[in-house]
Amino acid sequence: MGAFTMDWRKLFLLVVVLSLAQLAKAQSPTYHVGRTPTAEEIHKWDISIGPDGKELPPGHGTAAEGAKLFRVKQCVVCHGGTGSNGPAPTLIKSDGKTKSRYPCLVPCVNDSNAMAIHAQYATTMWDYINRAMPLNQEGTLKPDEVYALVAFLLFKNGVIPEDQVLDAQSLPKVKMPNRDHAALALEWKHGTPIVAGYP
Amino acid sequence: MESKSSDRRKFLKKSVTFVGAAAAAAAAVRPVSGQSSMPEMEAPDLPALIAYGQRSPFVKSKRISVMERMSPDEFGMTFHVLSPLQDSVGIITPSSLHYVSTHRGSYVPNIDPAEHRLMIHGMVDRPLIFTVDELKRFPFVTRTHFLECLGNRAKSTHKTVQDSHGLTSCSEWTGVPLSVLLKEAGVQSGAAFIVAEGAESVKGATSIPFAKAMDDCLVAYGQNGEALRPHQGFPIRLLVPGFEGMHNVKYLRRIKVVEKDYMTYNDYGHIVPDARVASLTRVIGPKSVITFPSGEQKLPGPGFYEITGLAWSGSSAIRNVEVSTDGGQIWKSAELRTPSYPMAHVRFAFPWTWDGKECLILSRCTDETGTRQPTRVEAANYWNQPDNSDFRVPGADNSVFPWRIAGDGSVHNGLA
Repeated sequence: MGAFTMDWRKLFLLVVVLSLAQLAKAQSPTYHVGRTPTAEEIHKWDISIGPDGKELPPGHGTAAEGAKLFRVKQCVVCHGGTGSNGPAPTLIKSDGKTKSRYPCLVPCVNDSNAMAIHAQYATTMWDYINRAMPLNQEGTLKPDEVYALVAFLLFKNGVIPEDQVLDAQSLPKVKMPNRDHAALALEWKHGTPIVAGYP
Repeated sequence: MESKSSDRRKFLKKSVTFVGAAAAAAAAVRPVSGQSSMPEMEAPDLPALIAYGQRSPFVKSKRISVMERMSPDEFGMTFHVLSPLQDSVGIITPSSLHYVSTHRGSYVPNIDPAEHRLMIHGMVDRPLIFTVDELKRFPFVTRTHFLECLGNRAKSTHKTVQDSHGLTSCSEWTGVPLSVLLKEAGVQSGAAFIVAEGAESVKGATSIPFAKAMDDCLVAYGQNGEALRPHQGFPIRLLVPGFEGMHNVKYLRRIKVVEKDYMTYNDYGHIVPDARVASLTRVIGPKSVITFPSGEQKLPGPGFYEITGLAWSGSSAIRNVEVSTDGGQIWKSAELRTPSYPMAHVRFAFPWTWDGKECLILSRCTDETGTRQPTRVEAANYWNQPDNSDFRVPGADNSVFPWRIAGDGSVHNGLA
């Protein structure tokens, strides 16, 4: 009985040691191809801003500053003076009276799905304006300018007051109108129906 | 040098209609007995054609822009370009005819592969940066997969299958499994999504569940036996088999491993209040369409034809396809004429003798998960909505599509 217990313990120890070795192997690289980027390279490349805003850079801006930039940076050329009367997607909910003379561009971003109305997080706006605007000069806006443009669009859509200063702390806290009306997709599992029972 | 090559182009342009015949003549193809012989003519620029071939000038099949937005647009940007499914045979879409979609509508970048890099970072132990040549050193896989844009939604105004279903294509892709690269970087616990980002002007980005990233995604550099085309993401793109086209990021330059859905611009556009609709938006359901006979084609008269088309599913391989020639009352099994790969087009055929009477032909498929392509009525019933022309199938529209064959053999959109 005693001998059996000893053997069992030894076996257990062996299993633990082998498992740890396996784990260490699984976590170490196999091919050693590619190089480690520098911290500076990662910082420069990483333009993703998640919902909690932890990647937001220092800086700040207000709606008044954004209103000026909306003209200076030529946003009006594509989005129109009102933000809803140009050929590019609607940015500011229209008053419902003046009709844009442009057909809704495909994909159609009109009042209800304008970023400030439809996005769950203001970080989506910061991320996109920073990476993809203005047309043909993408990536040239400074953080202060992006904060100001986001503040302007949020103010004009009735989401924040005109005097609110947006920065890395306040922007992720903005309560967006669609925050609680969005559902994430169901958990994805290989080889299963997308929605059980559909159709 | 330049003027010479420009002259050559002009010459080629002028003589383009003779190229096929001349090439054949130069290759010493003798006329088949009983057929008329080809006219002898001087061979134009044969070295160029020998270096990289082109199709016969008699073959005119071509892509077109979606009606709602021209490509290139007034700024030179490309948005949605439709593949000519009505001319397709087999399951591989020629790279030159693969449908095109871009994030937002953007310029097609001209990337020097020697300068291109892919970075993997975020919740990993060892951030890594790769050149394209380094990526090619990893063990590769070659797989056949379809791509489809969420905008591939048939309307009653569509005339041809290119209009109604042209935003899907299928290629043989070669690349490195993304899981291999992620393991090389050592993913930390808590990883739930990746953000994939392209190098084009808009740096199009999208969030993808980590489980999918580790399952069957590819960092692809090969398409149909050669390098990716610029329209398809040269030099590298992400393949997310079965997921909406938007997730298959072209010009892939960065993958960030993160703890939650990052809600990029591309992700926010798909926000809906119902998790089921969100799921049916993300993954393409089982779908099929008849490509012959299809809109604006014409049957010359009663007699034997094969009804043929494509079927695909974002969840698995296709198990079977059924065809109805009486508007959906009787369904009969079609034959699968190609291998049925997971998340790939499969070619079906249904031998048929047309009696010359007006009829409605349809196809429907079932995938390996047991999910069957719904009719519009079935979809409307599921969502408790009336099946009228206003009903919009939620998520990716994979509903059964009808073609109406008129008594004169002309083929029309059955939704009209």
